[in-house]
Amino acid sequence: MHNTLAIARRELTSYFHSPVAHVVLAVFLVVSGWLFFYFSGLLIVGKASMRGFFALCPLLFMLFVPAITMRLIAEERKSGTFEGLMTLPVAEHEVVLGKFLAALSMMCVGLLCTFVYPVSLALIKAPGSALDMGPIIGGYLSAVLLLSSFIAFGMWASALSKNQIIAFILGLLLCFALWIPDKAILILPASLGAAVQYLSVNYHFENIARGVIDVRDVLYYLTVTTIGLVLTTRTIAATRQ
Amino acid sequence: MSDAPASPPMIQIEGLTKHYGRTHALRGITFEVPKGQVVGFLGPNGAGKSTTMKILTGFVEATGGIVKVAGISVADDPVGARTRIGYLPENNPLYEDMMVEEYLEYIARIRRIPADKVRGAIDTAVARCGLQKVRGKDIGELSKGFRQRVGLAQAIVHDPDLLILDEPTTGLDPNQVVEIRNLIRELGKEKTVILSTHVLPEVQHMCGRALIISEGKIVADGAPDQLSSDGGHIDLVVTGKRGAPDLAATRALLKALPDVAEVHERTTGEKDALAFSLTTKGSADPRRALFAALVDAELVLLSLDKKALGLEETFRKLTTAEAGKAEHADHPHSKAA
Ligand SMILES: Nc1ncnc2c1ncn2[C@@H]1O[C@H](COP(=O)(O)OP(=O)(O)O)[C@@H](O)[C@H]1O
Ligand SMILES: [Mg+2]
Repeated sequence: MHNTLAIARRELTSYFHSPVAHVVLAVFLVVSGWLFFYFSGLLIVGKASMRGFFALCPLLFMLFVPAITMRLIAEERKSGTFEGLMTLPVAEHEVVLGKFLAALSMMCVGLLCTFVYPVSLALIKAPGSALDMGPIIGGYLSAVLLLSSFIAFGMWASALSKNQIIAFILGLLLCFALWIPDKAILILPASLGAAVQYLSVNYHFENIARGVIDVRDVLYYLTVTTIGLVLTTRTIAATRQ
Repeated sequence: MSDAPASPPMIQIEGLTKHYGRTHALRGITFEVPKGQVVGFLGPNGAGKSTTMKILTGFVEATGGIVKVAGISVADDPVGARTRIGYLPENNPLYEDMMVEEYLEYIARIRRIPADKVRGAIDTAVARCGLQKVRGKDIGELSKGFRQRVGLAQAIVHDPDLLILDEPTTGLDPNQVVEIRNLIRELGKEKTVILSTHVLPEVQHMCGRALIISEGKIVADGAPDQLSSDGGHIDLVVTGKRGAPDLAATRALLKALPDVAEVHERTTGEKDALAFSLTTKGSADPRRALFAALVDAELVLLSLDKKALGLEETFRKLTTAEAGKAEHADHPHSKAA
């Protein structure tokens, strides 16, 4: 844990210094803000909610997460600092966890900023209309879980290529692959479609975002995240060959 | 495998091989470095110096062989072995966006220096490496010389037993080279150091022992002076008592001396004189016999200069001979393939 936190700290310093990370976060806030106010129903009096915003989170994260994770390992491999890192007395999984925590914190900072939206909803909602907090809390919880799984796979992409652009595209494809099974229901027979759909991050996202927190949905995300982290660890270990 | 000896060698490498795909970077390397020694690891580019160091530090895994650091097997306990090492990789890659201070703090933390000792450890490393003035600067802003000092500082902040420095002076200007060499010599007084280089004088300046590697094999191992005193040259200029001496006769006379292997004629600006360059056999010194012979032949010695065969020439001889052999060994295969 000690090593993991030390690596996470260093990684956060790097994000703090990285213009790319700042731009990505800023664009994220602008886009999410626009989506929020467009879909919030603020314009349609009496229907204030964040459902529209959360419904778009998977697509939003699919773009922004790889932009944040692409540098995690690729940059160090390119610049050579990876050698210093990998010859410190730390285990591979500590490196991976540290970087994961840093990226997750970074994205959570972005998410925290969006708290402005529910607060403003609460302040300016039409008199008499109720703001249901359940879906909002569920929405944020599922957003964090979704971020975890995307970050884990985005980081794997960053371990697979020294080139950050390739890592970004690969990360986007991996996140897309986690999302698309949700649409299987449209083309497959109902029973098979439902099974495939179960594999999709989106399916579980919508469950939790409805405000119904089911252990199975949480477990699903934890499993996907773990798989991503294990794959990253193995890919990193393989660079020693 | 009963009681381990009181103090195992700092480095113990046996039959080390490394294949990168079809490239055989190391072809069976064996050597030991006792505690306290400063070893120069010499070899032309591509000889396998960095590969050996990357295996010692655990950055890459060996294909075969035994590698131990302070008795700890690098394969079995990589993290344990790494705690004993301070490593300056080739080209000294550093986090450009971090401050010197920030970076050293990160290394100190991850090197498990207790929280109350971190300050002191950083202060010591900063002082030893002469980084006082740049502590608060971004690494990206530093000159190459200062970057190298930062690289050394991060390698010593945890006071390791073994320092592994991969081409620590490559790419520095002559003044910086001198500074870094002095610094390494200081560090060598209390630590075991293995440093790689393809610059020979470096080894004579800093190391008590030279290991020469070529084509993935150790081709020589010994004290730099010992390696360089095998064989040598004698340059001399002679003249006759009256006028120029006879070339053929003088040449024959020199050639007949017991420890002279070869006689080459050189040009000289001296009037009525002949100049020669003799190659001596082994470490023999034929100067006494030479002088007596010249007196007998009524020749006058105008100048005499004995040069040991430099480490440089030993090195070139060893590494080119080895390269030639390896080529012979390789070619039948590559042609068959
Ligand atoms: N990562 C790698 N992949 C493939 N070949 C490599 C790799 N690293 C080194 N080599 C090869 O191994 C040999 C030894 O390289 P190296 O140890 O870097 O030599 P040196 O440090 O003595 O210049 C060279 O032929 C080099 O091309
Ligand atoms: Mg090298």
